[in-house]
Amino acid sequence: MYTKLWLFFILTFVASGLLFTTSCAKKVIKTEPAVTEAKAKAEAEKERLAAERERQAELERERALEEQRLKEEELKKQEEELRQKERFTNEDIHFDFDKYNLTEKSIEILKFKADWLLNHPGVNIIIEGHCDERGTNEYNLALGERRAESAKTFLVDSGVDPDRITTISYGEERPLDPGHNEEAWAKNRRAHFVIVE
Amino acid sequence: MLPPKYVSIRMTWRLAFTVFVGIFSLGLYCAEASARVYIDINAPFLRKIPTAVPVFKDLSPDGSLKSLCRDMSDLLADTIDFTGYFKVLERGSFLEDPGLSGLTRKEINFQNWSVIGAELLIKGGIRKKREFIEVEIRLFDTFARRLLIGKRYVGRIKDQRRIIHRFCNDVILRLTGQRGIFNTRIAFVSTTTGNKEIYICDFDGYNPERFTFNNTITLSPAWSSDGRWLAFTSYRKGKPDLYIKHLKEKRGSKVTFKGINITPAWLPGKFALAATLSLDGNPEIYLLTGAGKKIRRITNNWSIDVSPSWSPDGKRLAFVSNRSGSPQIYIQDIEDGEARRLTYMGSYNTSPCWSPLGDRIAFTGMDNGHLNIYTIKVNGDDLQQLTFNSGNNESPTWSPDGSLIAFSSTREGTSRIYVMNYNGTDQRRLLVMPGEQTEPSWSPWLSEE
Repeated sequence: MYTKLWLFFILTFVASGLLFTTSCAKKVIKTEPAVTEAKAKAEAEKERLAAERERQAELERERALEEQRLKEEELKKQEEELRQKERFTNEDIHFDFDKYNLTEKSIEILKFKADWLLNHPGVNIIIEGHCDERGTNEYNLALGERRAESAKTFLVDSGVDPDRITTISYGEERPLDPGHNEEAWAKNRRAHFVIVE
Repeated sequence: MLPPKYVSIRMTWRLAFTVFVGIFSLGLYCAEASARVYIDINAPFLRKIPTAVPVFKDLSPDGSLKSLCRDMSDLLADTIDFTGYFKVLERGSFLEDPGLSGLTRKEINFQNWSVIGAELLIKGGIRKKREFIEVEIRLFDTFARRLLIGKRYVGRIKDQRRIIHRFCNDVILRLTGQRGIFNTRIAFVSTTTGNKEIYICDFDGYNPERFTFNNTITLSPAWSSDGRWLAFTSYRKGKPDLYIKHLKEKRGSKVTFKGINITPAWLPGKFALAATLSLDGNPEIYLLTGAGKKIRRITNNWSIDVSPSWSPDGKRLAFVSNRSGSPQIYIQDIEDGEARRLTYMGSYNTSPCWSPLGDRIAFTGMDNGHLNIYTIKVNGDDLQQLTFNSGNNESPTWSPDGSLIAFSSTREGTSRIYVMNYNGTDQRRLLVMPGEQTEPSWSPWLSEE
């Protein structure tokens, strides 16, 4: 009886040992390739993600660059726009003493102003006519008006809607240069352009 | 608009002396006036009459009016001197003590005056009557030993300028047969506040008062011929428009057509004015009612037409036009609309002002880049230059008797108002105040109220 029991025990032990061994061996063989594959896969995935990230970053960079470029372009455009606007308002046209006809230089300046006005259809302007201090205030009021009207006529002939242009004569009342010499007088005999905001 | 001091002299009697009332009747006074014209205001060159104005005599018992006596006699001397008709003699040459000698013809030793060359003598005395002063002033012809004018005025001390001006008006009427200008005033433009605003002072530059409070460019004051209205140009609405304002009451109107509305000139004797409007795109002279309504267009020319000035009868209009290519003065007949050119000298003649006597037109002309005052007969003859080598001289305006011309000049650097006789003599500064003064406009005769 005891021998049988021992045998049973041994057999069971061996069998289970065998069983264990086989299963172990089997497992080792089976698991080795699975692990490397996963690793590779992960690696690849990682690389892919990195590349993707890189690509995204690149895109982002490009987009930022593009945005920057656009912004700069826009800024440039705005600056150019502002420059043109400033040129429009800062550039006076000048007249000879007691005259209101347009000089060649004035016509060049007025051509630019006409283009600008045609490109900015929403903008209304005031043209101020001015004179130098010589002569009488009263006559100069009329002369100043004639100067402003000369400029207006040119702009209207260039296609600008006359309703967008108001003229005001200041005669000799608002000199740009308070001096009492030809240099000052030449500056003061002018038509000045103001954008109505 | 006028300050209270202009409103009234209380209780002023313009009578010959009470003691002489029976003798100096109006008839006798007039008969004497026609006996001799002392000053011919139409003469091309005046001989100034040597005149003595001793210090007034203090007739108060306590001698308390000494300084008033000096002030009033000084003012009288300055006032008659202003007319350009008199040579007021230095008091240092006088032979008698005014404090001792009497005021009546019988009391005066005329030889004391004729020997020092005084042809006219003005003596005065002041006494106190309660809160009033009583001022006696007499004008004598020292060679004829005759009383020409004797007046007594009662008023307050603050009325002293008005009393002296009244007497001087009588002196001028007596000696020239014309009214004096001593209650007239001069409107002008000054930059005292930084903006051009209109001010008004007495004929002698005294008491300048601000008339407009526009805080912007204000120009070209023009008196109505009754002296009750002033028209001017102002940028109150941002552009040059016409404003017509009553001088004493708070009423008026404005002319704000499209374009410029400038250079008003009142039609003599009417509540109407000429002015330049550019509502048709071209500055033309229109006739407007005193309320600023268009009556009709006077000029019709593509050129600039500005600065109208009426003939005294209102039948002709002088104005500036550049229809010949440069600004020149034209005269247009109102009836037939015919315009003829008046000025041919140089290429810049502007701001005409028709003399109230009707015979001449004063204007501003440019010669060698400088502006000077000229006068010319209405028919274009006898051009006379009145200012020479003294900066720029502009905007002539006649006193209502045609004897004086006020104008602006930069002869001292800053533009100020000056006055001269109609023939250009005796050029003197009218007043000094901060800023620059331009565009004087002499009032017509003003009624004393």
